[in-house]
Amino acid sequence: MKKFELSDNSVVVVIGTGAGGGTLANELAQKGIKVVALEAGGRHLPQDYQNDEWGSFGQISWLDSRTTSGDWRVARDFSGLPSWIVKAVGGSTVHWAGASLRFQEHEFKTKTVYGDVQGANLLDWPIGLSELEPYYDKAEKKMGVTRTNGIPGLPGNNNYKVFEAGAKKLGYKNVHTGNMAINSEPRDGRAACQQVGFCFQGCKFGAKWSTAYTEIPQGEVTGNLEVREHAQALKIEHDAAGKVTGVLYADKDGNQHFQKARIVAIAGNSIESPRLLLNSASSMFPDGLANSSGQVGRNYMRHMTASVYAAFDKPVRMWRGTTMAGIVSDEARHDPSRGFVGGFELETLSLGLPFMAAFLNPGAWGREFTSALDSYENMAGMWIVGEDMPQETNRVTLNHDVKDQYGLPAPNVHFDDHPNDTAMRNYAWQRGRELYDAVGATKTYPTPPYPSTHNLGTNRMSAKARDGVVNKWGQTHDIDNLFISDGSQFTTGAAENPTLTIVALAIRQADFIAEQMNSGVI
Amino acid sequence: METIKTNGRGISRRDLLKGCVMVGATLAVGSGFVAGSSAAWAMETKHVSPEEMATLIQLARDIYPHNHVADEFYARAMKGYDSEELKVQISSGINALNAAAQGRGYASYLSVPWEADRVKILQTMENSAFFQTVRGNLITGLYNQPEVWTLFGYEGESYSKGGYINRGFNDINWI
Repeated sequence: MKKFELSDNSVVVVIGTGAGGGTLANELAQKGIKVVALEAGGRHLPQDYQNDEWGSFGQISWLDSRTTSGDWRVARDFSGLPSWIVKAVGGSTVHWAGASLRFQEHEFKTKTVYGDVQGANLLDWPIGLSELEPYYDKAEKKMGVTRTNGIPGLPGNNNYKVFEAGAKKLGYKNVHTGNMAINSEPRDGRAACQQVGFCFQGCKFGAKWSTAYTEIPQGEVTGNLEVREHAQALKIEHDAAGKVTGVLYADKDGNQHFQKARIVAIAGNSIESPRLLLNSASSMFPDGLANSSGQVGRNYMRHMTASVYAAFDKPVRMWRGTTMAGIVSDEARHDPSRGFVGGFELETLSLGLPFMAAFLNPGAWGREFTSALDSYENMAGMWIVGEDMPQETNRVTLNHDVKDQYGLPAPNVHFDDHPNDTAMRNYAWQRGRELYDAVGATKTYPTPPYPSTHNLGTNRMSAKARDGVVNKWGQTHDIDNLFISDGSQFTTGAAENPTLTIVALAIRQADFIAEQMNSGVI
Repeated sequence: METIKTNGRGISRRDLLKGCVMVGATLAVGSGFVAGSSAAWAMETKHVSPEEMATLIQLARDIYPHNHVADEFYARAMKGYDSEELKVQISSGINALNAAAQGRGYASYLSVPWEADRVKILQTMENSAFFQTVRGNLITGLYNQPEVWTLFGYEGESYSKGGYINRGFNDINWI
């Protein structure tokens, strides 16, 4: 495998190998650009993944010190675990469910369409759907998204059949087994889905797209990509002119190294990416790198989420088969007559018994709780994912009282629900319960949000430098050779699962970086 | 009796329960061990008393009561509290439980006959560190036992069997 020298200042350093970083690294490598990818975790591949919820959680989760504050229940029930994301080659594409949805046109211009929403820091994206469409095309083809490129949909499992029947009784029209980056037939050297039911624990058949076994090895065989595992980025350095010069990182043994770079692209997910900018403060940039707007770490979004589980008088066995192959999109529209702006998707979801015990109603005990688990075999479940409002005060900051294993301040994640988030959740819970009631549920359970899987917005994209951290290419407004390549660049969150958009933006950013390098601009 | 022993090993019920005292409805304690009153299982205790372990087992069932889950599985979930480091904390928590029961006219927590009355006692101390520690650890201690999964119908790993593609992922027949 290709190795680059620490002193090689011609490389692009990409921090993180998930949907954003892994895609960017491969796209650049394919263009002949030399890339060093720093990955904080190790390399786990399908043969290592575990069909065991807690075993897998311990194997791949990001479990470094973090703290929480705010009125969200996660801060009470899982105070050290604001997010449920992955530390491994492939990042959270190891764990993701595979739902691959395009944003709707209006979701790129929420400030214009929704108007002033009190307390919300809404802003239009500096790009629109038409600008991203060619890259959505490329992303769908790369990832093998079902119901695109002639790829058939996945078959519906038991959980889907209950969901579909209820949705149709409610009159929903846009109901199907989803646009999933999970092979419904063998494709791209990877197997078709075998309905294992452990999508969140890493797909042991490799049927689900993950950069761990697609983008990363494809980049490595070009000889232009070196992935350094167990390499935790600590600080980005810059020169007197304010250009970044490279990345200080710690290796597996805690030894520190400095990798020089021509360009640095950060894709550490929306908690670590702003944290790295803040931890890179210097005398020239006392508030952190790329933070002249003061927006680094702010506008943290996690999607308006919730679940509904329903018990029936007969078995469902929802855990069998693809976890999230089921969607209702009828509620994704913007329709303020429902009492909130923006929209939401309903998607099938199941948890195994161990995680159901942990997440159905955290902290609960006694007969009401255990009677729900007694119905486990007869349960169906859905996840609700909708647009949440960006708020300046929902933010990632440095907690100087808590240090990580490298002695650096841990991130604190503060989140308060916006009244729009709460109104949407209550409405969506009601619709979800009606859906299951329509097919004979004996009891429904409105389940609160889990630790965040969709972490967004903390280095947001803006037309004007004063409003955000990066421009429409993900390039920081303040520093030409510093880029953000993950979901933290989202201006707003939209109703859809974010991965497809992260990948589309990364492909587009790779084109821009290559063009800028070729023309000698950076 | 280092770990839980189930009675497939030739111990007769009479021998096991000889000299035992029944505590609560389903548990018996003897010298250095706690057992199911049916003698289906027994667990040795080294650091906490058998009565304390019996109380912990009853407490576990009262926090997460499942009529179809045998005491043995609650006992497995509580076994880790039989430790030198935790015994002081455990004794103090159980003393508080017993004091609350005595305040309501019972001899001990274990002697409160109805679950609803034990739950009333627990509600007065559900914010205590003792209760929250026991409750929190039960989430994995009880529900992450593969033998318990089968009692709820959950099938666990499926990869080694080729997933469910030919084993009923879409076999629902009543919808």
